[in-house]
Amino acid sequence: MTPRYLGKRILRNEDARLLTGRALFVDDVQLPGMLHVAFVRSNYAHGRLRSVDVSTARQRHGVLAVFTAADLGDYWRPGPLLVPPPPIPDLVFHQCTQVPLVRDKVRHVGEPIAMIVAESRYVAEDAMEDVLVDIEPLEAVVDLEAALDPAAPLIHEHLTSNVAAHVVQRKGEYERARAQADLVIRRRFLYDRGAAAAIENRAVVASWDARAEELTIWDTTQAPIPIRNGLAQMLHLLESQVTVIAPFVGGGFGPKIMMFYPEEVLVPWASKRLGVPLKWTEDRQENFLATTQERGQIHDAEIAFSREGRVLGVRDVFLHDSGAYDSYGLTIPINSQCTLLGPYDIADYESEFTAVFTNKTLVTPVRGAGRQHGVFVIERLLDIGARSLGIDRVEIRKRNLIGPDRFPHNHGIMFQDSAPLVYDSGNYLPAVEEAARIVDYDRFVREEQPQLRKAGRHVGIGVTCYVEGTGIGPYEGARVTVEPSGEVRVATGVGTQGQGHFTALAQVVAEVLGVDVEKVRVVTGDTRAFHWGTGTFASRGAVVAGTACHAAATAVREKILDLAARMLDVPKDRLVLSGGRVQVGDSGATGQAIELGALAVEANPLRGAVQPGSEPGLEATAYFGPDRGSTASGVHAMVVEVDPETSMVEIKRYIVVHDCGRLINPLIVEGQIQGGVAHGIGNAFYEQLVYDQQGQLLNASFMDYLLPTAADVPRVEMAHLETPSPFNPVGLKGVGEAGCIPTGALFAQAVEDALADYEIEICEIPLSPNKLHELIAKSDVRK
Amino acid sequence: MLLSDFLRQTLGLTGTHVGCEHGVCGACTILLDGEAARSCLMFAVQAHGHEVTTVEGLSPENAGELHPLQAAFRQSHALQCGFCTPGILMTLVALLRDHPDPSEREIRETLSGNLCRCTGYQNIVDAVKLACDATLPR
Repeated sequence: MTPRYLGKRILRNEDARLLTGRALFVDDVQLPGMLHVAFVRSNYAHGRLRSVDVSTARQRHGVLAVFTAADLGDYWRPGPLLVPPPPIPDLVFHQCTQVPLVRDKVRHVGEPIAMIVAESRYVAEDAMEDVLVDIEPLEAVVDLEAALDPAAPLIHEHLTSNVAAHVVQRKGEYERARAQADLVIRRRFLYDRGAAAAIENRAVVASWDARAEELTIWDTTQAPIPIRNGLAQMLHLLESQVTVIAPFVGGGFGPKIMMFYPEEVLVPWASKRLGVPLKWTEDRQENFLATTQERGQIHDAEIAFSREGRVLGVRDVFLHDSGAYDSYGLTIPINSQCTLLGPYDIADYESEFTAVFTNKTLVTPVRGAGRQHGVFVIERLLDIGARSLGIDRVEIRKRNLIGPDRFPHNHGIMFQDSAPLVYDSGNYLPAVEEAARIVDYDRFVREEQPQLRKAGRHVGIGVTCYVEGTGIGPYEGARVTVEPSGEVRVATGVGTQGQGHFTALAQVVAEVLGVDVEKVRVVTGDTRAFHWGTGTFASRGAVVAGTACHAAATAVREKILDLAARMLDVPKDRLVLSGGRVQVGDSGATGQAIELGALAVEANPLRGAVQPGSEPGLEATAYFGPDRGSTASGVHAMVVEVDPETSMVEIKRYIVVHDCGRLINPLIVEGQIQGGVAHGIGNAFYEQLVYDQQGQLLNASFMDYLLPTAADVPRVEMAHLETPSPFNPVGLKGVGEAGCIPTGALFAQAVEDALADYEIEICEIPLSPNKLHELIAKSDVRK
Repeated sequence: MLLSDFLRQTLGLTGTHVGCEHGVCGACTILLDGEAARSCLMFAVQAHGHEVTTVEGLSPENAGELHPLQAAFRQSHALQCGFCTPGILMTLVALLRDHPDPSEREIRETLSGNLCRCTGYQNIVDAVKLACDATLPR
């Protein structure tokens, strides 16, 4: 049947609430008698905490309590490991997770030392000045390579070095490839990522109801259900005594899933202890220091080519900055390791990484989650190889793509979800050709660029490829209920941070049940409504929760058909669901039909009996747990002009051809891509977290850390290809991170091309006008 | 007390959001005597005797209708998480009052004072153009 709602550009159900200021965000929660929390944080990156004197602060008017680590008793313990490392042979991993309040040693600037509860945030912040913190500073470990020097200070003193992890993965035999190669290229690459910088900072509100013995928490988390389960365990409560609500969340991008932030552990505990509702809302400076971020890797990579430009093998050895603790496991470096392979057929691959502790804020995934780093390495190696071999940049990519007949494609190494890295489906060549066609690559390179160059203009073009592992397990669930009003209610566990779940998930259900999308009301991120699931990460919401919605709706559809067939006394296969009704055949409005609402009333009778073997109501719950993720892919192309005097880069055109399987809503998908590209442009040219040698973040404000603005981000021209995933019945793949994954690599290629007459080589992202100027100034072939 | 805190906490008008408290992100933008202003950079007392309009004032709840710019935002998918949106609406309402038919460059320049991390801005620019088209025939 032709889809009625799937694949359509349907306007969002959630917009009216957001546009009118009625949507509830965590900081909007106001409870009677609520008090406010502020945290005293470390000003040093590395040091021994000698003492904390809170006696003056406790006496300040308006302060109700001040807590230090000593006050936490048995509640003080290091946080859990969020993602255990995959079962890779000989893997080394030293688990060192964050603590709620520092007891003996500070390991990064911004680590919380004391918690102040006061009648207002103003008073609480004043009281921070009263707290006397005595820290004996230690030498900070900042640089990745210096951290591994045997003489470097130890961040975690029970370990023998600052190594957090060491992992080697191999497919084939790189030495064999190297021996057969006509050309071997070796380079060092630096790729730094940046802050997520959601415009909404983190916030936690907690309210302990002593009479009901129930704890309710509003949290800007991407994972409300695991937060609830973890808190229940820590506080010795039943899971059913704890409710976690992630209402509207003002952007996630990764760091809002870090179980557990100290504040998430402390605010509920203190509310229970004091018996009053408490609110903590992060300020922007805290966000830069205490919210996780993603940072740099240093890659020493080698690639072996045949004369024809076939990649025979790659060897990559890299360092990954973990920050002060490694609570999120190895998701990021394993993503880098796996995503380096991209859409390419690389027979022999050897990848080794060392994750390193540093005295900086914790590193956890930020949109892209390490994929950028791997994509940058392979794409740069291909560019340098193409230049050395005299092969066109698009052509060398075409020669190395995995063919459409080779799926599912097993790379034989482990992905971050502890499943083998298997691409479910893909069709890469048409995407490269389509991107080249839209950007008019051949004509640009043959005609336009030479003409403009003759006129003294520095214009460049770039084309890069990527894949994105999306939609990983373990599972999500959904409950679908037809209400007597005829409206359909969908409850699912994933939280929402702007991805349009209220609409996209509604479309999936509407398609199955034949009701209008605006009649489907979606509830997400409220453990009262649904309490099984993991969270929103890894571009998995639509894929995993969407498939669970599809399954639950399909089960409800069966119930509808069973009941309607009985009531109308016709066989099920003659019934059609459309327009919120069940009707016989295609008889249209005049034929025999029942409204879904009326059927819902019939299914829940006040008298008589429910049929044996059936359940009351038109409701079903279903789950979806994929063995492994589905792999989306795409090609980005860009035309830039560089002004060598100012080193400013103007993006003339930006094209994305991408394939995320079957589209639920192109409007939302395009929004994700445009926004992702903006994030990628920030990563490539504007954003960098700059730490000094003492581990102080020098640009911890929006004055100094530049997010791209409307003046910097162009219109992204897009084309969709749809290669359905065979791993789920709708054929979905994720798209959330696609926009920002190849942007850094593309920027480097296009800018390098624009500055061809300077013969510079860009091996580092982010660039900035300053950095680009340094590269230009160093060039000795200036013409 | 900051004007942003006064609006949100004392008046319960939580549509105005706070993103940075140092005047860069623009999420807290309101109209002060009709001019777009950062409510996080003012004390509440400084607004005494002045007219303040927040996002709640664009489309009074009982009217059940969106302001033309709000409607255009929905039509163009100009919001995702929606956190920066109220401040952006207030900034653009002020722009459209003074420049009923702004060029793309003017829209982008005005909009560059507000940070949005989700949308990549393009759909916001398109929404402004759509709102202009929609309001012109009136």
